[in-house]
Amino acid sequence: MATLSDPPRESFQLSMLLNDTRYRSYTFQFIALFILIAAMAYLGWNLVQNLAAAGLNISYQFLGEPAGYDINQRLIEYTSQSTHWRASVVGVLNTLLVAIVGCFFATVIGVIVGVLRLSNNWIVRQLMSVYVEIFRNVPVLIWILIVMAVFVSVLPQPRDFRGDDPAASMFLDLFAFTGRGFYLPGPQFSAGFAANGVGWLIIIGLLIASFFSARALSNWATKTQEATGDRPVTWYYTLAIWFVPLILACIVMGLNWDIPALKGFNFQGGIFARNSLIALTLALAIYTAAFIAENVRAGILAISKGQTEAAASLGLRPGRTMSLVILPQALRVIIPPLISQYLNLTKNSSLAIAVGYMDLTGTLGGITLNQTGRAIESVLLLMLFYLTISLSISFIMNIYNNSVKLKER
Amino acid sequence: MKKTVILGALTVAGLAAGAAAAATLDDVKARGKLNCGVTTGVPGFAEPDANGVWQGFDVAVCRAVAAAVLGDSTAVEFVPTTGKTRFTALASGEIDMLARNTTWTFSRDVDLKFEFTGVNYYDGQGFMVPAALGVSSAKELDGATVCIQTGTTTELNLADFFRSNGISYEPVPIETGSEAVQLFLAGSCDVYTTDASALAAQRANFPSPGDYVVLPEIVSKEPLGPLVRHGDNEWGDIVRWTLNALITAEELGVTSDNIGELSAGSSNPEVNRLLGSEGTLGEMLGLDAEWAKRAIMAGGNYGEVFATNIGVDTNIGLARGLNAQWTDGGLIYSPPFR
Ligand SMILES: N[C@@H](CCC(=O)N[C@@H](CS)C(=O)NCC(=O)O)C(=O)O
Repeated sequence: MATLSDPPRESFQLSMLLNDTRYRSYTFQFIALFILIAAMAYLGWNLVQNLAAAGLNISYQFLGEPAGYDINQRLIEYTSQSTHWRASVVGVLNTLLVAIVGCFFATVIGVIVGVLRLSNNWIVRQLMSVYVEIFRNVPVLIWILIVMAVFVSVLPQPRDFRGDDPAASMFLDLFAFTGRGFYLPGPQFSAGFAANGVGWLIIIGLLIASFFSARALSNWATKTQEATGDRPVTWYYTLAIWFVPLILACIVMGLNWDIPALKGFNFQGGIFARNSLIALTLALAIYTAAFIAENVRAGILAISKGQTEAAASLGLRPGRTMSLVILPQALRVIIPPLISQYLNLTKNSSLAIAVGYMDLTGTLGGITLNQTGRAIESVLLLMLFYLTISLSISFIMNIYNNSVKLKER
Repeated sequence: MKKTVILGALTVAGLAAGAAAAATLDDVKARGKLNCGVTTGVPGFAEPDANGVWQGFDVAVCRAVAAAVLGDSTAVEFVPTTGKTRFTALASGEIDMLARNTTWTFSRDVDLKFEFTGVNYYDGQGFMVPAALGVSSAKELDGATVCIQTGTTTELNLADFFRSNGISYEPVPIETGSEAVQLFLAGSCDVYTTDASALAAQRANFPSPGDYVVLPEIVSKEPLGPLVRHGDNEWGDIVRWTLNALITAEELGVTSDNIGELSAGSSNPEVNRLLGSEGTLGEMLGLDAEWAKRAIMAGGNYGEVFATNIGVDTNIGLARGLNAQWTDGGLIYSPPFR
């Protein structure tokens, strides 16, 4: 009986690697892979050979040796006797500081500008377009230098505050805005038990407790509303939950303000926000905000007009329509490009050395690299650090994205 | 900035180090130009003049080497380097030699694998402050904001000085000397610190130099000199003995005025060996007999180079001090030409 069956299996022939479309792509992919590996191996081999010829080797021992240089801005204890490794960590923390504060402000400004770009008011709309176009079309390095130049040449220096008839004076006798940075009153606790940061831990603990209590209260209000149809008025409870414990704690711990004062060469006391930190963060924030604004605008435009009209017909005012109907849906479109903007901001922060801010590129990739001469080691480590930071940001933002994205049921 | 460092590092890695060990002399001759690393601009030491021609005390070393090797003191490609980029530039082979007020230190010589070919200026680190501050000693600088160039010995000495005196400061790291000066003049920092010679040179070009004082403390030893890569001793010898030729010429009284006459032959055998009318020193270096004569003619002997660029008669006005010949109680001393 003749049945239709699979054609007889041909035995595999070498020529099929080229002639048979089933195998041909594998052949070429294999060749490409081989060339790639060969090229990498060649470069790697070259590296090893040339390092050997120059009498150099790859060694990370320098990380354990004293760095020998000082860093002006440090979030952890560091002296010139600390190791190069610790200097790198100081740099990482400084990078993270700029990245976090910068992303925060970029988001706030970006969302506001993005929403206002769609405003019905012609002047507001045009102003926002001008903002976006100016900031995203000039390189961020230029913005950083411009902001820094304002500090250096426009704001008064500490020397101008000196003398009997000073050219500059402190704002309200509390704040000093100088070309070296801003000196602000700093809160401190006088009670003995609150010393060494314990006071701050207590405050943070209280805030967390207040947060959860306020949430519980609002859940209870929602439940009551669902059961009875009436929402109990809770705002004064909420206010009390947030502020009463905080104020009590501050009184008990003896909160007072450390007001900056001109002593010797500089202002002393209070909180010092260095000019390089402000210039870098501000420039990165306003630059990145221009891009975020466009993302936000795109996200909002992606929501069909029918939604706005439907919300309006339910009697929602425009502000509430935006916050309750449009933005939650728009977030799905906004978040993915927002992640890239956060990553960009973080990587752009490596321009810090232009204003002398000691970020990771300034410590590990700058002074450490230079003083030890360990260029290859430092650059590899630098790449590893940035990769880790970027992947962490992506990771966290992706978790958030998953929580806001459309849930299909 | 980051890019240059990475590129530099990759170049070290990938390409040039192999060539670096080969004969630099042949490369320079084949190219017909000497690639010489200098500063981005310090008056008197290395700075382009109004016509864009590089002039200065360090530049003169480059020109002397070019004259000795290529017979043309203008056959130099000057490569401006910052404190941070200079070593990668040299290690990667981008430049054949570095003449950029660079301090000879153990780790640069041994660990970074460079060869210092002598000292052309004995210096030390100093501090400059506005006179209005009324500071008279560096020990009074507690709490001051200090402008420093990164990647230099300056920033390490500074940390040591303040730590050993138990006082604090706020460092402002800066890439180039001119930026540092700009910030210092704008009042962004109270103190500017670097090698005392560079302080004097930059102060001379301030709008009102009298408003600034250099403090008496010299907190370090900074022997500045030209350097080359480890591994090519022939090339190192050429740079070393070119500098020595300038120094010996001053010691023996050979100047750009009398060199023509002396090179025909003189009663001093060392002058004859130096200028090539006797012996085969040039040949031993792989050059011709008149190499040193050309090097000296490029800008004069060591004393003439000093006097025209940074000496007391210039606006920079540095006295010879430690940099006088050993015969005059200084440290400038060349091994004999023999
Ligand atoms: N001698 C020290 C410091 C050298 C240095 O950087 N000097 C400054 C003095 S201003 C300089 O040459 N700057 C010019 C520039 O930035 O190109 C070293 O070798 O580390």
